[in-house]
Amino acid sequence: MWELIQSNKRKSLILFLAMGIILLLLGYFIGGMFLGTNGGGELGVFFALLIWAVVSLVSYFAGSSIMLSVSRAKEVTKEVHPQLFNIVEEMKIASALPKIPKIFIINEEAPNAFATGRSPENCAVTVTAGLLSRLNRDELQGVIAHEMSHIKNRDILYMTFAGVMLGTIVIVSEVFLRGLWFGGGSLNRYKNRSSGGGSGQAVIAIAALVLAILAPILARLLYFAISRKREYLADASGVRLTRYPEGLASALEKLADNRLDLRAANKATAGMYIVNPLKKKGMKLSDLTSTHPPISERVRILRNMSQGAGYMDYQNAYMKVKHKTERLIPNSVLDSNEKVTIRDTSVSKETIDKKNYRRNLGDLVMNVNGYSFVHCVCGLTLKIPPTYKKSEIKCPRCGRINKVPPRNKL
Amino acid sequence: MSAFLIFIVLIVLVGFFFAGMYNSLIKLRNRVKNAWSQIDVQLKRRHDLIPNLIETVKGYMTHERDTLENITKARAGAMGASSVAEKAKAESALSGALGKFNLVVENYPDLKANQNFLALQEELTSTENKISFARQSYNDQVLFYNNKIEMFPSNIMANMFNFKQEEFFEVENEAEREAPKVKFN
Repeated sequence: MWELIQSNKRKSLILFLAMGIILLLLGYFIGGMFLGTNGGGELGVFFALLIWAVVSLVSYFAGSSIMLSVSRAKEVTKEVHPQLFNIVEEMKIASALPKIPKIFIINEEAPNAFATGRSPENCAVTVTAGLLSRLNRDELQGVIAHEMSHIKNRDILYMTFAGVMLGTIVIVSEVFLRGLWFGGGSLNRYKNRSSGGGSGQAVIAIAALVLAILAPILARLLYFAISRKREYLADASGVRLTRYPEGLASALEKLADNRLDLRAANKATAGMYIVNPLKKKGMKLSDLTSTHPPISERVRILRNMSQGAGYMDYQNAYMKVKHKTERLIPNSVLDSNEKVTIRDTSVSKETIDKKNYRRNLGDLVMNVNGYSFVHCVCGLTLKIPPTYKKSEIKCPRCGRINKVPPRNKL
Repeated sequence: MSAFLIFIVLIVLVGFFFAGMYNSLIKLRNRVKNAWSQIDVQLKRRHDLIPNLIETVKGYMTHERDTLENITKARAGAMGASSVAEKAKAESALSGALGKFNLVVENYPDLKANQNFLALQEELTSTENKISFARQSYNDQVLFYNNKIEMFPSNIMANMFNFKQEEFFEVENEAEREAPKVKFN
């Protein structure tokens, strides 16, 4: 486990360096073009770094709260969904995280999940109501294990910073290109004013232009490649935690079946989710530019893990399915003697039919919104809105008086 | 003079190296201890849940006195166990008794509609899971720690300061794996 984190750290560092160099070059050439060769490049670099530093600080300290409020997630207590809380705690124990993450629910039907937080001490797991009402216990466990692996492997922190770097590169080149488009005249003004620019200035201008067009594309490719790899790794670590590949596999299949877009997601937050929440747009993108590997492939890898649930087994299945010799996990961190047996689940393989699914979803949405439930002896379940203030309620079917439980504050 | 300085610097560096090794062994040993206490917490929780469970189902399962008594007995045995090996054995007996109970429950549709029971069953299932995950994590830590103790160069340190190998929490799954016997007449 710890070695894997180390090897992740090294790889992320290389990614950061590559992106950082792109950003610095961009700053240098744009600065040199507008402000002349005497110190203009350095000033450009300075501004590029300034933008980057500000955005980094904001996303480090406020990133997860921004993400949670943008996706309209509500923090819930254990009463709302005891099973979810139990599963998160199970995975906390399995992954030896120091603390149970906070738990949020998004009141939407599209099934999805994500994890946020800058460190294992300061993190949260979010799922949608649609996910909770569609998956059985083992499947939910698979999804939670995947999310907790993101936390454990420090993916969130790294992907946030990589995202910020990417964002800065995109912003800088966008602003530059638009400025060029709308203010072509002003460029000439700068050019005339600079003392002895001449051909040197023209070369810098062309370099800046080319870089501004290429840099965002290059940075995106780098970012997406790493992001996809981390999804595979989170699958591998998740399965190692649950010892049950089929749970995650069938959960992913159910998620792939979904045709609904998650309204709370947008292009900027899409990379955080377990599967791409923007299906209709996402499907048309080519493999190179998507943050997530195709679900069918992830499922096939998981189903190919017949020998065990360890990293080694995942790696073998990965290479078999992708027909690749390239390794997902470097051999040096793998313990080839490690035997991780797949657990046979004693939990009933409950299936959730359409009718139950609708009822589960409705109940859950009400629960998150502060409704409480009273089970009358006659078998009727009364759903009481949070605005109901009296302490007793009469059952409409049999006329018995039932006590309304005290409200749990959200 | 300069040779003497180099010598001092070397001594200090080696000192730091050994101190670091010692500290990392201590850290690993504490992780193992912590993982063990996690198991203990969950085992205790399971022991606490059982009386509640028996109380809830007693009214429904009048014909299953044996199953219920087995659970109570296994619980008493598990609470009395002290060493790692003893505990593992007693707890797996308890898991076996609970597993049988779960099979029997399928015959009582009334019970399965009882909200109170369903909540209790979820708690119990989760506690069972937590126990096995805690065990899994404990064994992971023990493996890592034991490897460190055996491998060069940390084995020198381990020998000097008497770091001992830790026991794995192995479960003899006899009771758990025992398939329900079905008679066809």
